[in-house]
Amino acid sequence: MKKHVKGEVVRIQLRLNGEERSARCEPRTLLSDFLRDGLGATGTHVGCEHGVCGACTVQIDGVASRACLTLAVQVDGRAVDTVEGLADEQDCLSDLQEAFRRNHALQCGFCTAGILMSCDDYLRRKPDPSEAEVRDMLSGHLCRCTGYTNIVKAVLETAAARLGRTTPAAAAA
Amino acid sequence: MKPQAFDYVRPDSAEEALALLANSGPEARILAGGQSLMAVLNMRLAQPSLLIDISRVPDLNYVKVKDGKDAYLAIGAAATQASVEWRSSLVQEVPLLAQAFPHISHFQVRNRGTVCGSVAHADPSAELPLCLLALGGQVVLRTRKGRRVLAAEDFFQGMLMTARHADELVEEVRYPLAVAGQRYAFTEFSQRHGDFAIVAVAAVAGPDGIRFAVGGVADRPRVIVLPRLQGSELDGAINDFAWDLEARDDHHASAAFRRQLVRRLGREVIERTMA
Repeated sequence: MKKHVKGEVVRIQLRLNGEERSARCEPRTLLSDFLRDGLGATGTHVGCEHGVCGACTVQIDGVASRACLTLAVQVDGRAVDTVEGLADEQDCLSDLQEAFRRNHALQCGFCTAGILMSCDDYLRRKPDPSEAEVRDMLSGHLCRCTGYTNIVKAVLETAAARLGRTTPAAAAA
Repeated sequence: MKPQAFDYVRPDSAEEALALLANSGPEARILAGGQSLMAVLNMRLAQPSLLIDISRVPDLNYVKVKDGKDAYLAIGAAATQASVEWRSSLVQEVPLLAQAFPHISHFQVRNRGTVCGSVAHADPSAELPLCLLALGGQVVLRTRKGRRVLAAEDFFQGMLMTARHADELVEEVRYPLAVAGQRYAFTEFSQRHGDFAIVAVAAVAGPDGIRFAVGGVADRPRVIVLPRLQGSELDGAINDFAWDLEARDDHHASAAFRRQLVRRLGREVIERTMA
């Protein structure tokens, strides 16, 4: 049994994008704040702080979750993946990120990190989604720039490419 | 928006969680998926002194079929909504739940939110309590000293209010399995997909009658048993029930709009079960 009292400064250790990291925080510290302020991983954005907007979505043990509705103490010892870990190396994009770029699926980019983490988990579980299913999954994210059309295109294009069905847009790129 | 400070305990077993509940009184709150509770804490609508995090308790993390005369799907307190939703057999086991899940918040929230947590939270618009009531399901409450099993109808007592005592854990909820000859339908109206329902309805039709349940109107989900009516007789019965729910105006919708949704959506789900 783990017990932390009010206000105690706790050391939290987690595997962030495959790397063991630790920092200190209070029991009440949200995972979203811990990532940004404790570990300096500012790729995860903080929007509404009550689970509605989706900007802070990260993966906990591979599962897309709201970092603002999770306490840092809850992920002690677990794996957390954020947008910083999507591409294999520095200055590269993953196939999903590349599809977002190609399709102009982001404008201001505030919501994008969360959306990418949702899509990454979703496509692993559902490699060949319909457009309606992609839109349903995206309903957990607010984007005020794009109107979603290009995000949907980017996700479907990534799925098609991974399944070896190259779409015209991808072929042109 | 940050939660007020609290003590945090993460027990390793259900017994440890129950001992903590027994010793800490009403100021303690169980934290499971946190998809309702954390939002409430962030907005400081609640300021518990102790959070008991059961999300990693292995003996509460299960989803299993209990066979027998009254077979049911047993869902433990730490089991996420996603772990039920993504069961390939769910559509045969509890078809009403399979229909309701896409309406419950969003993919990212169902990944972490628990079924027992939604039932314990008892939001009058929530889909999981409504389905539990429509199916005549049960809630298992456990203390250090023992368990009691309540019918959903007795468990839900009002807006965010249940029959749970401060030292009790909602250990398990039981959704009755599909029965041959019964048909199930669910739908809801919300302003945006994934929002809380303004009105949600479920119908369970068997040879003897129809259990018709409505959420989002009264202070808790409510159910009525109707004979197998049709046409204007059915409309009349749904209309009477819509008025019995004593809808109120609020900033989401007027009482009259809610009654109209009950009439329209109610007729739709009942007809779907009788088609």
